[in-house]
Amino acid sequence: MGQFLFSVFACLTVVCAAGVVVCKNVVNAAMCLLLSLLGVAALFVRLDAFLLAFLLLLVYAGAVVALFLFIIMLLDTRGQQAPQARRGLTVAPRIAAAALVVAGLASLFVKGRLATPAVGTVPALGASLKLHAYLLFTTYLLPVEIISFLLLIAMLGVIVLSKREGEHSGYGN
Amino acid sequence: MVPETLNAYIGLSAALFALGFLGVLVRRNTLVIFMCLELMLVASTLALVAFSRYNGTMEGNVFVFFILTVAAAEVAVGLAIIVALFRRTQTIRVDRLDTLKR
Repeated sequence: MGQFLFSVFACLTVVCAAGVVVCKNVVNAAMCLLLSLLGVAALFVRLDAFLLAFLLLLVYAGAVVALFLFIIMLLDTRGQQAPQARRGLTVAPRIAAAALVVAGLASLFVKGRLATPAVGTVPALGASLKLHAYLLFTTYLLPVEIISFLLLIAMLGVIVLSKREGEHSGYGN
Repeated sequence: MVPETLNAYIGLSAALFALGFLGVLVRRNTLVIFMCLELMLVASTLALVAFSRYNGTMEGNVFVFFILTVAAAEVAVGLAIIVALFRRTQTIRVDRLDTLKR
């Protein structure tokens, strides 16, 4: 059962990620991203990281994809989707890309064997909310504070960026 | 049917990262490039959670928090930049944003 679920969600994740890359329509790409993130959240549940699965859904699926869709609708770039004359790659990048792919796959098959600890004997620490809270407020207190400053700076940056040029007072027209 | 091992999770994470990287390289639409960046970040979080679960440690799980936060901030600022760019140039296609080449 576990294997079946893992296979299903892994397939969902990879297929939808490929969908993000190949979809011509931006809205379809955003929907594929949403499904892919759902698959990753399900895999987090399989890995006993329930809080992180919930946060991934909340932050990515809830906020980020919604923001993407909002911006897609706002910009309305439909007139620019016409396919352009695609300039083909020259020979050298093709060879380099193919060599990189071959080298990566070869190294994966030669050395890509991680020892798998028996999952039953390893405690699922990620399932414990208490441990998350304890670590965030003791060992990782400084990073949490820095992250809060990062969010503040990002917020200020977005406000500054979204002002129109030559306009000094808020969001008026 | 794939056995659910650490190796499978890491392979999946690598595949996701590679797909995201491919998208960043081949797509011309800035919004889609941005989505592919998000895909790469999520791939790294998957690897962190998998390592954390199979080694019985907590550090990977905590770092996923920070990655999520940084990704959220990145999305907000990046989309604001894209909107500002669109206002100025009326396009978000990277092959038309070639001012620095001229």
